[in-house]
Amino acid sequence: MTTESLTNIFLNACLINNFVLSLFLGICPFLGVSAKIQTATRMGMAVIFVMLVSSTCAFGINKILIRFDAEYLRLICYIAVIASAVQLVEMFIKKMSPGLFRALGIFLPLITTNCAILGLALFQTQKGYNFIQCIAYAFGAGCGFTLALTIMAGLREALDLSDVPSVVKGTALTLILAGILSLAFMGFAGLGG
Amino acid sequence: MTSTNTVMPMAQPVSSFKMIRTVAGVSIMSGFMILAVVKATEARIENNKRVALADAVMAVLPDADTNKTFEVTGDGFRLVDTPVPGADRVYAGYDAEGRFVGAAFEAAAQGYQDVVRTLFGYSPERDCIIGFKVLESKETPGLGDRIGKDAEFLANFDGLDVALGADQTALAHAIAFVKRGEKTNPWEIDGITGATISSRAVAKMANERSQQVVPFIKRHLDQLKEGT
Amino acid sequence: MTPQDGTFQRKAEPPVDAFLKGLWEENPVFVMLLGMCPVLAVSNTVVNALSMGMAATFVLVMSCALVSVLRKYIPKQVRIVTFIVIIATFVTIVDLVIQAISLEIYNALGAFIALIVVNCIILGRAEAYASKNDPMRAILDAFGMGIGFTIALVCLGGVREFLGFGTLFGVRVTPEAFEPWAIMILPPGGFITLGGWLLFFNWIKERKGRAAQGEAA
Repeated sequence: MTTESLTNIFLNACLINNFVLSLFLGICPFLGVSAKIQTATRMGMAVIFVMLVSSTCAFGINKILIRFDAEYLRLICYIAVIASAVQLVEMFIKKMSPGLFRALGIFLPLITTNCAILGLALFQTQKGYNFIQCIAYAFGAGCGFTLALTIMAGLREALDLSDVPSVVKGTALTLILAGILSLAFMGFAGLGG
Repeated sequence: MTSTNTVMPMAQPVSSFKMIRTVAGVSIMSGFMILAVVKATEARIENNKRVALADAVMAVLPDADTNKTFEVTGDGFRLVDTPVPGADRVYAGYDAEGRFVGAAFEAAAQGYQDVVRTLFGYSPERDCIIGFKVLESKETPGLGDRIGKDAEFLANFDGLDVALGADQTALAHAIAFVKRGEKTNPWEIDGITGATISSRAVAKMANERSQQVVPFIKRHLDQLKEGT
Repeated sequence: MTPQDGTFQRKAEPPVDAFLKGLWEENPVFVMLLGMCPVLAVSNTVVNALSMGMAATFVLVMSCALVSVLRKYIPKQVRIVTFIVIIATFVTIVDLVIQAISLEIYNALGAFIALIVVNCIILGRAEAYASKNDPMRAILDAFGMGIGFTIALVCLGGVREFLGFGTLFGVRVTPEAFEPWAIMILPPGGFITLGGWLLFFNWIKERKGRAAQGEAA
């Protein structure tokens, strides 16, 4: 348990230690889904939801594992919970909004292998947050992810219309862009201090 | 992704039994494998942690040869066995003859990039901090991470005054952060130019933690001296 | 050879090819663009890069071996769950083994050891290859992919440590006058270095393409 304030935790997860641009989590969807702004924001929303659900479950599971002194089972339990949470979200979205479901397509099940979600669960355990802090952290991480994705999508959409040398086209350009974005986000450091 | 070259026949309905059997079987097998490795590596991992902790404590309590770990409880210290570090732990150092030389405690605060964790060595006899070590830091290499390397900054912690006030419940003078070159009192920490936020964080955590722990240590000093 | 279950299978490729393709042609990081997260995160020094590469290769080889051995007994519907449980088991094992060997390396790699579980390379190979081929080929394929992954990691680690610290393997190799570019060790450096390598490989491919066209013309 730390004495960090909730705003601090949120800002930390969203801006200062952005999951994508600082911690290198969730790069695969970041590179894969950031071509269009709309898909990016939708993926972001789905991720925020899954993060909140997984964070809660991970918190509960951790308490149980500590009680039974079985902390080496943590990884397996977390990944099982995340896979189930994604399955749940998939069914939920299918029922509530078939349009959104079709738009997200293959990306929804891919959230399971999104290291950002597992990373979130592992980090919050490591930092020893209590329940409310976990929620703030998960929400911040999700928002940060969505932010990074949306900005990148905006940039890529604009670049689609520009003259780009063929050597650099594609992932190479996205990565260099991401590097510059990451550099920009470094400016947020010290925000919490 | 590589394309599959198999042509699937009409899918036969797979019995639930088979599915459950597979998942259960694999899970049980996994459980056994993990348990086996846990048992095999337990001793070594404990030992590694013990050594790492001892190294850290020796670094901040120069005269110590051995150490014991105590947990802070409501009414004193409780000796603990496991070398797991924690915010509520105090590590007592003893020299070769078993005499108490000082206590080490952890502190943490938000630095520039992320939380910085440190270990302070405290000598109740001299009423001051005698050692400092950075345990965990993600500060900028070459800038913020100088809190662990800058010789002048580290010199701050060789005799940092933490004497208690008259009522023995708080420090007589709170540890204060000053700019490099402006230090005039033994309870001040002068920072590193170019690493203000990181060094200020260290000063902040030094003060906060000392205010909490030093009076407590003084009150229950006998427990630490006896080592029980 | 007529398979019993009525499926048609292409002739299994020679074992050597199964190993070699992971190194260059189908390099998981540079060509298939999988498993980027750890490549960017732990490639700030060569030692870290190597450790991560070896850990991931171990998990990859063991998981693919087990999946291949059990492939006839895993019903299609539960295959992803089963794969993930198997992979998670080996990751937990590797996590414990690294802790036992060196706490320092363990702290340097941090959470990314556990994150090997969701490394798309491992799940990808288990699904695309190991579950459809015999153990020997599955192991060779996994080994090749693992080494390819390690090569990518070391390429990045080498550049980043050299420019960011002025050292290689912790040994100073640049003259005193060289002021290290701290940015290379930080996240932006990771992105830009990987982008740089991809740019380089694209350039090579283009040159080869133009040379081939030139020859054909």
